[in-house]
Amino acid sequence: MAFITANWNPLGEAFYRKTELYEMCWNLRDGLRDSLVAAAPYGGPIALLREPHRRSPSSRPQLEIYSASGVSIASFPWKSGPVVQLGWTVSDELLCIQEDGSVLIYDLFGSFKRHFSMGQEVVQSQVLEAKVFHSPYGTGVAIVTGSSRLTLATNIDDLKLRRLPEVPGLQGKPSCWVVLTQDRQTKVLLSNGPELYILDSTSCTAVCPPGVSPQDGIVHMSVSFSYKYLALFTDTGHLWTGPSHLQDKMIEIDTKKKTTPKQMVWCRRPKSQQPSVVLMWDRLLLVAGVCSDTIQFPIEDPCVLVGELDGVRIISSTNQELLQEVPLVCQDIFKIASMAPGALLLEAHREYEKSSQKADEYLREIKEQSMLGEAVRQCVEAAGHEYDTNTQKSLLRAASFGKCFLTDFSPDQFVLTCRELRVLNAVRENGVGLPLTHTQFKQMTLQVLIDRLVYRQFYPLAIEICRYLKIPDYQGVSRVLKHWASCKVQQKDLSDEAIARAVCVKVGDSPGVSYSHIAAKAYECGRTELAIKLLDFEARSGEQVPLLLKMKRSQLALSKAVESGDTDLVYTVVSYLKNEMNRGDFFMTLRNQPVALSLYRQFCKLQEQDTLKDLYNQDDDHQELANYYVTASYREKRLESRLSLLQSAVDEYNKAKNEFAAKATEDEMRLLRFQRKLDDEKGAGLLGLSLQATMEALLALGLHKQAEQLYRDFRVPDKRYWWLKLKSLAEKEEWEELEKFSKSKKSPIGYLAFVDICMKCNNKYEAKKYVSKVTPEQKVKAHLAVSDLEGAADAAIERRNESEMGAVLSRCSTSDRLLIDRLNRARATAPKK
Amino acid sequence: MAAHLSYGRVNLNILREAARKELREFLDKCAGSKAIVWDEYLTGPFGLIAQYSLLKEHEVEKMFTLKSGRLPSADVKNIIFFVRPRLELMDIIAENVFSEDKLHSSRDFHILFVPRRSMLCEQRLKEQGVLGSFINIDEYILDLIPYDGDLLSMEYESAFRECYLENDQTSLYHTAKGLMTLQALYGTIPQIYGKGECARHVANMMLRMKREFAGSQNQILPVFDTLLLLDRNVDLLTPLATQLTYEGLIDEIYGITNGYVKLPPEKFAQKKQGEASKDLPTEPKKLQLNSAEELYAEIRDKNFNAVGAALSKKAKIISAAFEERHNAKTVGEIKQFVSQLPHMQAARSSLANHTSIAELIKDITTSEAFFDNLTVEQEFMTGVDTDKVNTYIEDSIAQKDPLIKILRLVCMQSVCNNGLKQKVFDFYKREILQTYGYEHILTLNNLEKAGLLKAQTSSRNNYPTIRKTLKLWMEDANEQNPNDISYVYSGYAPLSIRLTQVLARPGWRSIEEVLKMLPGPHFEERQQLPAGLHKKRQQGENRTTLVFFLGGVTYAEIAALRFLSQMEDSGMEYIIATTKLINGTTWIKSLMDRPESQTP
Repeated sequence: MAFITANWNPLGEAFYRKTELYEMCWNLRDGLRDSLVAAAPYGGPIALLREPHRRSPSSRPQLEIYSASGVSIASFPWKSGPVVQLGWTVSDELLCIQEDGSVLIYDLFGSFKRHFSMGQEVVQSQVLEAKVFHSPYGTGVAIVTGSSRLTLATNIDDLKLRRLPEVPGLQGKPSCWVVLTQDRQTKVLLSNGPELYILDSTSCTAVCPPGVSPQDGIVHMSVSFSYKYLALFTDTGHLWTGPSHLQDKMIEIDTKKKTTPKQMVWCRRPKSQQPSVVLMWDRLLLVAGVCSDTIQFPIEDPCVLVGELDGVRIISSTNQELLQEVPLVCQDIFKIASMAPGALLLEAHREYEKSSQKADEYLREIKEQSMLGEAVRQCVEAAGHEYDTNTQKSLLRAASFGKCFLTDFSPDQFVLTCRELRVLNAVRENGVGLPLTHTQFKQMTLQVLIDRLVYRQFYPLAIEICRYLKIPDYQGVSRVLKHWASCKVQQKDLSDEAIARAVCVKVGDSPGVSYSHIAAKAYECGRTELAIKLLDFEARSGEQVPLLLKMKRSQLALSKAVESGDTDLVYTVVSYLKNEMNRGDFFMTLRNQPVALSLYRQFCKLQEQDTLKDLYNQDDDHQELANYYVTASYREKRLESRLSLLQSAVDEYNKAKNEFAAKATEDEMRLLRFQRKLDDEKGAGLLGLSLQATMEALLALGLHKQAEQLYRDFRVPDKRYWWLKLKSLAEKEEWEELEKFSKSKKSPIGYLAFVDICMKCNNKYEAKKYVSKVTPEQKVKAHLAVSDLEGAADAAIERRNESEMGAVLSRCSTSDRLLIDRLNRARATAPKK
Repeated sequence: MAAHLSYGRVNLNILREAARKELREFLDKCAGSKAIVWDEYLTGPFGLIAQYSLLKEHEVEKMFTLKSGRLPSADVKNIIFFVRPRLELMDIIAENVFSEDKLHSSRDFHILFVPRRSMLCEQRLKEQGVLGSFINIDEYILDLIPYDGDLLSMEYESAFRECYLENDQTSLYHTAKGLMTLQALYGTIPQIYGKGECARHVANMMLRMKREFAGSQNQILPVFDTLLLLDRNVDLLTPLATQLTYEGLIDEIYGITNGYVKLPPEKFAQKKQGEASKDLPTEPKKLQLNSAEELYAEIRDKNFNAVGAALSKKAKIISAAFEERHNAKTVGEIKQFVSQLPHMQAARSSLANHTSIAELIKDITTSEAFFDNLTVEQEFMTGVDTDKVNTYIEDSIAQKDPLIKILRLVCMQSVCNNGLKQKVFDFYKREILQTYGYEHILTLNNLEKAGLLKAQTSSRNNYPTIRKTLKLWMEDANEQNPNDISYVYSGYAPLSIRLTQVLARPGWRSIEEVLKMLPGPHFEERQQLPAGLHKKRQQGENRTTLVFFLGGVTYAEIAALRFLSQMEDSGMEYIIATTKLINGTTWIKSLMDRPESQTP
């Protein structure tokens, strides 16, 4: 405890420390020499391919997978082509990039998952170099081919290859290059001797960062974990660092080393102002900070550096260390002679444990500055950053001690840190081997940690953690179970029955576990029967459908689709069935599913009119069939075909016992024939007009007899016909005809209409003729219509109707004195209503 | 911009923000400059979620309307199709993509399906051989769009037709999904009531979806206490009646689409002195109508007869406010006056606009035709002579008045009489076919299927019982200072709203008999809330009900619900949601079938 600062090295204003994480469990005969090594960040697994270039078939290279603590997970001889590069995806899958451009994907346990290619042309030109990178879009791969072209894929799970533009003057492979992610775009920074270029998907731009001598060749470069900073190493031994947009320079250091470092990695803690770069040569590790200061560590064994969010892991054949900047809060507490509140609290607690009264003095000192809350916070935070469990404990005990003297201090942070540390300590165990720092854990989130445990098949531990941290089942236990079940169904030594039972017992109806997902896994492994058994447990009917279709259980798929209510799903199954079955069976299947049938009808209405007819026929739905013929008739150009379709409609309407519609359709046919005849004879242009419009047109053409004929044949109500004729005559100003018409018989629409229509045509003279003929109730209105106030007044007075008198009065102007008097007098005597 | 969405009891802006976030995320997926090709129907609803400025921020440089043939040229990296999942649109897209490939090869294609992606459509694209050309195929789940602080609509035009004519329940699936989204944002709704077949179906789907996603529900204190699902076909009468609120009349006469109305420009011409009136604007005047406008919020739900008084009162207040300037003496006072100027000027122009609109409407409502039509409607609603051929309808047909007007009236008569006598029914049908053309036999058939038109089968007419029990007709409706919802139709209280009102108090048990007469089942469901989320109600705090109209709702019904929310003793606030904002005309139109004639 007292020597906690023993491994601290000052660098500028910061301190750096190297903490041992593990003594590696592995037993490597040749160390890390002559091997391709890929270690994933966030304490991920390590893959090792020995002597990748040895190609004799008799001794195939061995591919080995270890946990970060060196526990062997898988090991198998490499039987495929020569590998250029290994890398890990964000979901712990191993990518093996081969010389021919194909990328093979394995899971943690070394079983082959799938493969993809970086392009056909690469088979010829070969991959010279490759890099695996991570971005918000997922894991990506970039390669340089023998023809000096770069190709990249930003997300291997959604593969889209982008061939980057040609780099001018580049022969063979570039001196060095990195992949950057900036402004949601993936770019490549590349150097070819002294020239430096930025490549994006459309352009290749030469760049010159400020402060880099244009003559110097850049031989190594490195980008920070967050893609924010860039380090360049020149052939003159200068190290240049700056932000990755290359606009500014942070620092330039002369390392006095002429050889190119084997590895160069950023070592930086989020929000820290003191980033540094770690460079590794054969026997030397050098930490170069922004302050032009350096720290040097000798190394004995070949090592591998793994850049982390908040430091660098150094893996050698014997052990593994974490190099990081000492967090500020730890500095505050542990720095020699520190007077920070946290440091005093830690001291106070130590004295307290010794039962010394000094404890009180320290405590008093903190309280006098009212810094006790801050002191507790510091201790809690520092505990999070410490790797050693004893240090964690003493800091947390000090915090807990300090908390006793505070009244309303929220315990949340303390409780949370305790819980999280317990989880972290558990996963850091050798057997599990996830050396996560608290900062990394916060960044990667608990969800991802659980995923990682699940990938390693630490199911019980994962479930324990979920329960301990009280994560909602949906995000926690259920996901673990889901993964467990998917793994379970692959166990070949167990019967379908046994597996289905085991899955059902464990998973039960845990929320959020998709049985269809598990079933799909079973089906993938060729266990259809098991898949069907498992699907039975699925609550979401919609989820079952795609798999059922795949397994050719289409009838079942249809009823499940209907059950889900998702019509698109029903459509999908229906269109699938249509292609699978013969027509008869297909129709029969639909018949048993009315919802599916009506949806299919909808589809046919838009897409397949003929099928629609067959469907109606099959169901003996005469009404709809008739409607179908009616609709179809309007699509026909030729009158004969139109009539014959309408005749079919009539037949069907009759079968449907819809007499009205049958009759109406017959009428329509009669009208069409009539129109055709007149069009032929007189060129009247009637075809397609409604009956009313036809009569209107006939009257306009002066074909009164024919109009009359329609009126009789189609039993047009008198009223409507009178209106029609009235309007037509008035429009043509055939006043004599109109008068004759008015006298032909008693008007069914009265005579006020005659008055109105004449006035509408501004013919007062004609209008007056009809005023006398209107019914007594309309007299006043009629007189008013022709502006005959006297007459209106007479009529109103005669009828002793007060409101009518009022109406007349409102039309009188002041000059009509006499009339007004008369009306007023009459009004006084009129009966009140 | 959308502040008015957050004024109400429920902050609907949360929903809008969620939708905007999702849109931004999608746009960012397609790196580089973009052109959007729009399914034209979507532009209106989208306008309520995001303006062009948002799209522009995300490098959308051009916008086109989806049409067949070749895409207009645009120097952009990405072409994004925003479409509804419809097969006919897929064919157009395929055509676009085909004609494109020959010219350029470097443009990336994407599809965004609204509101949901469809395997059927993707299958069609595959058959057309273009599926592989798309880099991204995504869905933009936009079910319920906030139209106002208390109003959500799916703007799913064909919902009623699909449900009742075609037995296609796609819209109900979207509804259920939309309600799940809503519950994800505003908490589980503990009580669900419903009336009608579709309501039952939606409730069933919701309950099943909840089971399926059990455990994933979020820990949000429920904002809504109750959900009421109402089938439109439970109340076929209300949309047929002419709405008499200010907003309702604007919609009846000019049509409000996606919160905008287009008006004849003459009344809005800027009258400047000395200028001849010859250069009147010819473009229709487009106005946005929502509660962001203070004056509109005040008068929209009034009976039109009370709007004049409200406007003149407002005019007095505004001119008094302007007069204030004479009283402003000190620099401080003048400064304060000036600071209020923009607000006052906005109020003045708003007043001018609404005065103009009110004048336009008044010209129509005072006409004899409007009066006669209304008289007939009211006769039907009060049950006068509903079993005879109506002379006014007969005359209107003879005068060849618009067919939709005739259909509205005939349907209304049928609904108010629980079906027409066979003779009357056949008479109307023959009149319509002879006058407007035989092709309308299909439309009449549709109206029959939807239950809007029918021949009387039993001699028993339920309507009078329903009218009396639910007090659908109020003789003394007070238009100026209403005390009952019947003011929205000057006497007729919308059935749908009465059901809502009774549900709140005294409860549906009191009207079991009537509920049985109306079509479809009525039901009640409870959704379990996670422990600790049970609301502790403050004294006097109102309960909130979401009323969902399946198949459409009219502005007058919305006005009636707002009236109920504002009633002091109602103790209930209503948020309204629907598949589509309708009026009688648009509704009937959606049920019409017009075979396209090939004869010249």
